Amino acid sequence: MKQDQDVLLQIEDLRIEGYSDEKWIEIVHGVDLTLKRGQVMGLIGESGAGKSTIGLAAMGFARDGCRISGGSIEFDGMELTTTSESDRRALRGSRIAYVAQSAAASFNPAHKLIDQHTEAPVHYRIRKRMESQEDAMQLYERLRLPNPQEIGFRYPHQVSGGQLQRAMTAMAMACRPDLIIFDEPTTALDVTTQIEVLAAIRDIVDQFNTAAIYITHDLAVVAQMSDVIKVLLKGNEVEEADTETMLKSPKEDYTKSLWAVRSFQRDEKKRPENTQPIMSVQNVDAAYGPVKVLQDVSFDVYPGMTVAVVGESGSGKSTTARCITGLLPPTSGKIVANGMELPPSYKQRTKDQLRQAQMIYQMADTALNPKVRICDIIGRPAAFYGGLKGTKLKSRVDELLDLIELEPSKYYHRYPPELSGGQKQRIGIARALAAEPSFIICDEVTSALDQLVAEGILKLLDRLQRELNLAYMFITHDLATVRSIADEVVVMKEGRVVEQGPKGEMFTPPHHPYTDLLLSSVPEMDPNWLTTVLEERGVDNIGEAANV
Amino acid sequence: MSGVLSIVLKRLGLGLLTLLIISILIFGAVEMLPGDMAEAVLGQGATAENLAALRAQMGLDQPAPIRYLDWLSGAVVGDFGISAVSGASVAETIGPRFRNTLFLAAYAAVIAVPVAIILGVVVALLRDTLFDRVANVATLTSISSPEFFLGYILILYLSVKTGMFPAIAKLNDGMTFFELLDRTFLPALTMVLVVVAHMMRMTRASIINLLASPYIEMARLKGTPAWKVIVKHALPNAWAPIINVIALNLAYLITGVVLVEVVFVYPGIGQLLVDAVTKRDFPVVQACCLIFAATFILLNLAADVGAILTNPRLRHPK
Repeated sequence: MKQDQDVLLQIEDLRIEGYSDEKWIEIVHGVDLTLKRGQVMGLIGESGAGKSTIGLAAMGFARDGCRISGGSIEFDGMELTTTSESDRRALRGSRIAYVAQSAAASFNPAHKLIDQHTEAPVHYRIRKRMESQEDAMQLYERLRLPNPQEIGFRYPHQVSGGQLQRAMTAMAMACRPDLIIFDEPTTALDVTTQIEVLAAIRDIVDQFNTAAIYITHDLAVVAQMSDVIKVLLKGNEVEEADTETMLKSPKEDYTKSLWAVRSFQRDEKKRPENTQPIMSVQNVDAAYGPVKVLQDVSFDVYPGMTVAVVGESGSGKSTTARCITGLLPPTSGKIVANGMELPPSYKQRTKDQLRQAQMIYQMADTALNPKVRICDIIGRPAAFYGGLKGTKLKSRVDELLDLIELEPSKYYHRYPPELSGGQKQRIGIARALAAEPSFIICDEVTSALDQLVAEGILKLLDRLQRELNLAYMFITHDLATVRSIADEVVVMKEGRVVEQGPKGEMFTPPHHPYTDLLLSSVPEMDPNWLTTVLEERGVDNIGEAANV
Repeated sequence: MSGVLSIVLKRLGLGLLTLLIISILIFGAVEMLPGDMAEAVLGQGATAENLAALRAQMGLDQPAPIRYLDWLSGAVVGDFGISAVSGASVAETIGPRFRNTLFLAAYAAVIAVPVAIILGVVVALLRDTLFDRVANVATLTSISSPEFFLGYILILYLSVKTGMFPAIAKLNDGMTFFELLDRTFLPALTMVLVVVAHMMRMTRASIINLLASPYIEMARLKGTPAWKVIVKHALPNAWAPIINVIALNLAYLITGVVLVEVVFVYPGIGQLLVDAVTKRDFPVVQACCLIFAATFILLNLAADVGAILTNPRLRHPK
């Protein structure tokens, strides 16, 4: 077949198999992909859609336990499925580079950043070590990393997550590749950091006219980064179109449903009159050893209401939750429940005081013991707090499973690893409900989930709130979630509350400057959003913009 | 680096404390054995009077805590008392024997440690191949054969049948270094075979353990050749468990070699300990035990320090 000179990567009928339960199962079912030089393609879909697998296949690479079983991958005239492994390897790092999801985990902790940067260029004899180091410093500067001359000589643990992600983008550029695979490069970052990394990536890809495959599950992000978007579902292509068309008029129902996910929103409730707050945090200070992490934090949660606590990682959101539950006794200040002051440490609290405040965690995977059956996970708090036994306990567990919309007969005896991510999170909710609390702390409960699944969890939490008159403290860094279910919002930064109030007020200006920064950093579906925001902030100081 | 230094000093202090507790245990254990040194010295000819006289002379009539303190204060300055059998100073009896044991241990370690690590790396690189399986079976065989058996097999094939190496590792004065190496080759080889397997398997396991890490995938996606991925990207992060196993094996080379010494008639501390136990030479037994305990503690301390030095998070704090 005669190739168009402009085409850099041509994938046809790509099939990939994964090995599980002692047989090979097809996980990518014949996907086509054409990428021109300098073009950026967004690959989106839920987890399990095969985005990363396809991205890696574009490098002629399959993870251990996977194999490319059919189709062709032609990179710049070279057929990757039939060439030798050493020829394929020679492309990686030099002509096709990869930027991983978690830069913190993908940099080798044993080596300095710059040594990892220079590894590929030195190996391919593209540059000498010293030249490559010089080049790294220039790239660091271009990506607006602080102290570009010096930062490369640090070890990964000495550099922050957003900076590492930019250093990894610089590393991908080290050999000036023709194609970079970005595999969810900003998913693990705060919105305020994400915007810097997005700007840096877009900037450098433009400057070097590098083609890119940008993998993400965040539509708003992909809208900023890509020229064309391809939507994937369970290893199949759903549709592909240029970004404008795809955003304005998606053809397929699945794409439309993805687009509609952010539409769930319920009206804001007002504080009930003549009631006391169910949980009240009053002037709380807390510290980890000598390090102060909370200063003078105060807010109230009223029955049946949702208070969203937002802020970047490290702002003290989860620490506040730990103070409320008594896991971290505050150094000063009070935690008051229903007008009664709670002892600072959970060890001094009575069973009833412990029962009142329950938690649902971010990672349902690690928050559920994989070796304990569902009935025991949910049954334990029911037995511990409610003193239930035998058939009463069983019917209570059934009732709870019904409540979270999982069929009791089907799930009662299962183990957590047999469940999907969303189902596990539902079990986490049932476990919290089993104690019959009036107040639940939801710590980033949807951030590890796909959007459609997250939506289901939010709807469930909302229904439970109405039926059981629950109060939620909803910790999140995702402002879209705040918009959908919060009644009141508390904005935290560096261990302090910078602003709080009803949701409606918080989302209308004027804001505290930090709230403003947070709100304006949330990507929007408008493809020109990033450009506009950067212009408003002044492109040159994007690095500083987050430190306002 | 001051952080590392303070950790090392803290560990050293803890090590000394451990050693002190062990010295109490050793003394207590020997104390609980039936009979005492006076009986051992006098043997069959003991009468109540001369036993009492000897006890008074040796200070055995003092209460145990005082004798313990007496012994300990001597041990601290290297004076472990007088051997009950030969009447010579214990330190002088043990000294040359311990040096011999250290020599043999060092000989074995110099061969075993590099071989184990290199083999471990190679096996990790060629994991799940025929070579890996063969190495696996071979090392399992050597690890599960008792060392005296291995020793006799080596004597049979490398000494009796082929005459390549001497079967008996008796040492004479005035041997050159190379004669020494040749004479002790078989016991050293026996010990190498016993310890290599353990260290090699740990090297393999801790490298393979890391191969699923995102940074290993990253290295592969940068086009790094497979051997370099292992040596440069996996191994530096795998040191801590490997160093620990090496330290345990080095300690074993010093303290666990009795059988090998007996088989090859090598004048090491293990043989001395066995002799002393049979002859109820308590001062020698106590001193040997204390030296063994100190060896273990020191090597484990070295392993801890090694693990710290290979961890960039501890070497370069934020």
